[in-house]
Amino acid sequence: MAKGLIDLDRVGMTYQAASGPVEALAGISASIGAGEFVSLVGPSGCGKSTLLRIVAGLRPATTGTITVAGRAVTQPIPDIGMVFQAPILLKWRSILENVLLPAELAGKDPRSLRSRAEQLLEMAGLGGFGTKLPRELSGGMQQRAALCRALLLDPPLLLMDEPFGALDAMTRDDMALELLRIWGEKDVAREARKTVLFVTHSIPEAVFLSDRVIVMSARPGRIAADLRIDLPRPRTVELRATEAFGKLNLEIFRALTGKTSMGTAF
Amino acid sequence: MTKFGAMANRYWPTLVLFAFLLASWQAAVTFGNIREYLLPAPLSVWNALWHGDTAWWPHLWTTTFEIIGAFLMAAVVGVALGVAIAWSPVLANALVPFLVFVNTLPKVAIAPLFLIWMGYGIFPNMLMGALIGFFPVVINTAVGLSQVEPDMLDLGRVFNAPKWKIFVKIRIPNALPYILSALKITATAAVVGAIVGEFVASQRGLGYVIVTTQSSMNTSVAFAALVWISVVGLLLYGAVVLLAHLWAPWAEGVD
Ligand SMILES: Nc1ncnc2c1ncn2[C@@H]1O[C@H](COP(=O)(O)OP(=O)(O)OP(=O)(O)O)[C@@H](O)[C@H]1O
Ligand SMILES: [Mg+2]
Repeated sequence: MAKGLIDLDRVGMTYQAASGPVEALAGISASIGAGEFVSLVGPSGCGKSTLLRIVAGLRPATTGTITVAGRAVTQPIPDIGMVFQAPILLKWRSILENVLLPAELAGKDPRSLRSRAEQLLEMAGLGGFGTKLPRELSGGMQQRAALCRALLLDPPLLLMDEPFGALDAMTRDDMALELLRIWGEKDVAREARKTVLFVTHSIPEAVFLSDRVIVMSARPGRIAADLRIDLPRPRTVELRATEAFGKLNLEIFRALTGKTSMGTAF
Repeated sequence: MTKFGAMANRYWPTLVLFAFLLASWQAAVTFGNIREYLLPAPLSVWNALWHGDTAWWPHLWTTTFEIIGAFLMAAVVGVALGVAIAWSPVLANALVPFLVFVNTLPKVAIAPLFLIWMGYGIFPNMLMGALIGFFPVVINTAVGLSQVEPDMLDLGRVFNAPKWKIFVKIRIPNALPYILSALKITATAAVVGAIVGEFVASQRGLGYVIVTTQSSMNTSVAFAALVWISVVGLLLYGAVVLLAHLWAPWAEGVD
């Protein structure tokens, strides 16, 4: 396999919990190229969040090696945007101050990024909410604020853990299109785009956004399938109605469940 | 509704109850033939406050000064120790058992020692108040600094933020509501400490006034001193509540 931006070589992770060891990941090998948009789907508890944390260098893997941009990951890696599964906004800061937090933590002048932060909030439909405290926002709004925070420093690598999980279907679709725009689908050459690792529970969302969908099996998480999504870009809403789109959905569903028919899954 | 209207709406039951109790007390003493040195009527207390022989100012000032000093000392030392404990496990191991030991000592029993070591004066009484009030600040500071959601700390690590920056931007704000709620306890403890100190050794102060009334049987003066003590205590407590309102509005309604 060609050297990618992110290389995972037989990565395994076993948590030492109070109740005994929990094997979360086993034998994960994959290579993700620069500029690729890769989604990660799999049943709840299969280790998707764990994998994201390992790639970010927030947790060490128990076995295997992780390389990002040619360097072995042993500590938190620089220049990434991370959206955690929960919004984790600092409750004492206004939304705008929360979005500006990365600048402060990374030692940059937050004033110079203020207008960018405001633009991002505007983009996420949070225009008038910059001065509000997190507790004054709904769960979905908090999640969008967390997305803005991850995008503030314009990181080349985005690790996103169900960033749209708490959103209604319509807002979710809007945000997906915005994300593709920010990724540079329309105006940036393929290799110069951001690299995105995107966890979701929605198969159509994964297909719609991605170049590739990695399907994981139940715990301990292994790679059950790795599918290329060769749908034309830029992706449009109409694409969802095409046969090719439906076929890919079905294929991922089968890989995920081992069943041959979709039934009433969605 | 106006702010004043809202206040009136909230506090009128308290005021009515208070007025009722005062009136019953006055009536009981006047018509129940209770002797003045056992239980002085509210009106006698009022007289002692404003028209009596006691020159209140020096006493009031001394005690207030002691209470505020005790409070500030407990706050500063308590926060500093809490920070030290949360910052370094070695310091925590060294300090915590020792602090727990100090806290279990009955402070009243130490007061006579203070007299031997430091003699009469304002400072030993301040120290007594600080000694009674500092422990909750230490504990709450340490707990508030340590009980940060692990995810929040990961957020800091994602940006490779140095330890001190995570302390300043995440841990300290997280601890603020904890510290402020400990300071409410400290406000009360500072009053107790200052008065205890005055009981044992003093020539001035509201506690001293109360002690002297024991021999003179001038109970209404003792009650008047109690009124002053509670006024100072309430003002200090109110100041802490106000501070919490200004500094940690996000934690409002937590306690
Ligand atoms: N800190 C931890 N200590 C012990 N076990 C953990 C810890 N974090 C996760 N696990 C376990 O590891 C497994 C994988 O967890 P993880 O959060 O990565 O799953 P996930 O795929 O993200 O699930 P979901 O889709 O529900 O978010 C789970 O069985 C979980 O119980
Ligand atoms: Mg997860």
